Amino acid sequence: MNKQIRINYIESFGTQDGPGVRMVVFTQGCLLKCLYCQNPDTIPIQGGTEMSWEEIFDKAMRQKEYFGTRGGITISGGEPLLHAEALLPLFKAIKEAGYTTALDTNGFVWNHHVEDLLEYTDFILLDIKHINPHTHKKLTGVQLSPILEFAHKASQLNKRIWLRYVLVPGWNDSDEDLHEWARFGASIKGVERVEILPYHTLGVPKYAEMGQEYLLSDVKTPTPDLKNKTKQIFEEEGLKNIVVK
Amino acid sequence: MITEADVKQSKFLGTKWINTLNINDFIYANITPYLGDASFLENATERTNSVWNKTKEFLKEERDNNGLRSVDVATISTITSHKPGYILKEKELIVGLQTDAPLRRSIKPFGGIKLVESALEERGLQIDPSVKEVFNYAKNHNDAVFSAYDKEIRLYRSNHIVTGLPDNYARGRIIGDYRRLALYGADQLIAFKQQDAAAIGGEMNDEKVRLREEVALQIAALKDIKKMAASYGYDVSKPASNAQEAIQWVYFAYLAAIKEQDGAAMSMGNVSTFLDIYIERDLEEGVITEAQAQEMIDDFVIKLRLVRHLRPGSYDDIFGGDPTWVTESIGGQLFDGRTKVTKTSFRFLQTLYNLGPSPEPNLTVLWSKDLPEGFKKFCAKVSVDTSSIQYENDDLMRASRGSDDYGIACCVSHQAIGKSIQHFGARVNLPKALLLALNTGREEEHGIEILKNVPALPEGPLSYDTVMDNFKKAMVELARVYAKSMYIIHYMHDKYYYEKAQMAMIDTNPHVDVAYGAAGISIIADSLSAIKYAKVTPVRNEIGLAVDFKTEGDFPKYGNDDDRVDLIAKEVAAFFYAELCKHTPYKNATPTLSLLTITSNVMYGKNTGATPDGRPAHESFAPGANPMHGRDASGAICSLNSVAKLNYEVAQDGISNTFSIIPKALGATKEEQIDNLVDMMNGYFAKNAHHLNVNVLNRDLLMDAYNHPENYPQLTIRVSGYAVNFVRLSKDHQLEVIQRTFHECM
Repeated sequence: MNKQIRINYIESFGTQDGPGVRMVVFTQGCLLKCLYCQNPDTIPIQGGTEMSWEEIFDKAMRQKEYFGTRGGITISGGEPLLHAEALLPLFKAIKEAGYTTALDTNGFVWNHHVEDLLEYTDFILLDIKHINPHTHKKLTGVQLSPILEFAHKASQLNKRIWLRYVLVPGWNDSDEDLHEWARFGASIKGVERVEILPYHTLGVPKYAEMGQEYLLSDVKTPTPDLKNKTKQIFEEEGLKNIVVK
Repeated sequence: MITEADVKQSKFLGTKWINTLNINDFIYANITPYLGDASFLENATERTNSVWNKTKEFLKEERDNNGLRSVDVATISTITSHKPGYILKEKELIVGLQTDAPLRRSIKPFGGIKLVESALEERGLQIDPSVKEVFNYAKNHNDAVFSAYDKEIRLYRSNHIVTGLPDNYARGRIIGDYRRLALYGADQLIAFKQQDAAAIGGEMNDEKVRLREEVALQIAALKDIKKMAASYGYDVSKPASNAQEAIQWVYFAYLAAIKEQDGAAMSMGNVSTFLDIYIERDLEEGVITEAQAQEMIDDFVIKLRLVRHLRPGSYDDIFGGDPTWVTESIGGQLFDGRTKVTKTSFRFLQTLYNLGPSPEPNLTVLWSKDLPEGFKKFCAKVSVDTSSIQYENDDLMRASRGSDDYGIACCVSHQAIGKSIQHFGARVNLPKALLLALNTGREEEHGIEILKNVPALPEGPLSYDTVMDNFKKAMVELARVYAKSMYIIHYMHDKYYYEKAQMAMIDTNPHVDVAYGAAGISIIADSLSAIKYAKVTPVRNEIGLAVDFKTEGDFPKYGNDDDRVDLIAKEVAAFFYAELCKHTPYKNATPTLSLLTITSNVMYGKNTGATPDGRPAHESFAPGANPMHGRDASGAICSLNSVAKLNYEVAQDGISNTFSIIPKALGATKEEQIDNLVDMMNGYFAKNAHHLNVNVLNRDLLMDAYNHPENYPQLTIRVSGYAVNFVRLSKDHQLEVIQRTFHECM
């Protein structure tokens, strides 16, 4: 009996999470508690709607004509790797149908199901939120080391990696942090693209709806100068194909 | 007459087109498909800039003068009525204006003198008494139609159930094959028509006599076109001998049409591929450079941006923003597998950069999965940069309609060029018909009885089957009355305002489509879905009219790729079309149906009470076949998929979808935005969808333009099958556009 997957939302026209036109599936549940999380409603393990992989596959096939040669399906979240076992038949089927698969992950989960899933994964969008272990813990609630370890393992599996960095003023925008983050990124083989995601406040109203306090309410969105500086530092450290979103 | 020796000298290939009228053979034999990218294109020259800058001064005067620069109130416009007019005579490469001055409108009272009078009165002007005097003796289309209308038609019309009919304005929608003048010259075209007339012999009957008279009018028009061209110093009796003449001849043929007629939509057709043959030859022979080729297209397009007709304020409700639908169709494929994309396809789109964005000419890309990649990307780039173009499914239309030489009449309607015409029929208000079904055949505002024998519905929640039965009864009656009114309208239009200049460029006795239309399909789908899947109870007033609806529970909404509701929309369209087909139209035309609203979706909304989908009374409909604003909540592709399910075979006049997306939601970089838009269009049309307007812009920008129109003279957006200068829409229309669904990213 296949496991059901808890789904928070499905975006049919995803253009921000991997190459081409993609169906982006936001799964329910995440082990990280990032202070700025834009989708706090996806954090609880319970919630969302249960779907079988076949249902998700059928939905993707209703829009396969739009995928072209680059597109396909991206599993985001929440944290998709929490559903690695249940996602495996989905990814196999998508690959079989001739489309690409991508995971938008925080890299905090590793087990043999994840290893199996990565075999059928074309793109890993890996979000490393901070390079300083201490601040990382403060910002996300979890250790940094498993995430860096994940990057190495994915690289050894010859995966195509897109690194992502949510740029949060006052939290991870110091020159020192930026240099160090970029040096780590440059050391990972298989990184094809680096995306700087400027912190935004579009998710803030969700906290009020959920009756939770938003702890970064004094943080402003990055200035154009900061975005440029970040890109420049990343380039200096040898990162290529940097996109500021 | 063209001789073999002329053809040899012209270096054109092919044989069939020489002795018989066959433009398509000329294209097949001489086309140079272009498979490359946009890098060859040239920017505007100094000459182009000086002409365009002068034109912009006139356009500003027009805007500053409440949309009317000047008008000649004393001259009935005909092919030869006005002296030549110029923008900047010494610099123009392509000449000709509708009157003797730029943006000076003329009067064309044969469609309806009352409308001309009211258009003038609204602006504090009076028609010249000498013109009025003419109509003491002559009849016009408007009077003729109303003399034949019966009580029932008047009842449906005055209660806004059938609406916007071309019974007091010119029907338009006919596309002349303006290329014919360039390829053959007027003398040869007259000779062809004389042959046709000679063949209409034997025992006479109404049809034959009518046709003989029509051909005689067409020949007279061809003679007038020669006179008009001569006044500009050109002899169009002979074929065009180079690219500049070919463009000029095509434009003269079109100019004759728009001097004689003020049809709601008067498309250009598909001239770019044809003109490319002349341009390619001149380039090859070293007679012109690429910059000069672009200049000629730029100059031609400047002329097309100046097309104007005199319209009254009431007209703006249904066709907002003063559109003229100079629709030029670009691209598509030939039956033999070659593409119709040429360098001149690119050159037409390039005018949106060289002259800036513009609603007219209404540039329409005929999209095929097989279009060259370079062209697909250029189109997508133009959409991202200008929001000025629309797309139609060439693979679908070529297969369904059996022609690879066609244009788009008005917004979205297929027309085989020179072979077929259509009789325009505006549209009916389907939600209004649904309300008749719920109100024992009475209209919902005042309770006036429109239909007899519609049974009363039981108290309590509505039952889907019972409502559907009543609704079908209403549609049967609606189709009958609608067909009747269309017969009268087109009979009278032929009789009193025949399009002789356009018909001179079309085969004698062509195929005719009668273009019916329906508005409000998304409201119908959602209303019936609500009745089927939720519990909907009418709130009735003291005379039993449903003035509101109480809805308990949720229901599937059109625009989310949910078959439960999408198939209702499909079923209703098929049913209504089948009903229309039961009636014999004037000239034995073939019935077609459009799911299109132009901008009348706002007016329809104003005239329609609350509907069971939860739409409050008087609120705007969604445009065309679009999902209702904000109800398509599952992302852009699900929204597109719902519309794609509507069946083109029952709506061959066109299924319009207007799609608005913010640039960022298309992709992170410009390059990705272009690639993703190409993939999106490939996907949408692979689903057998018919039409897509693409707007790539931010809502904030529109709000700013709403508040500060003076800063946005050229801001162009697609509305429903056409584009408009946003600031020339009424404030109501502007707000409706701002409220539409903009697909954004999470």
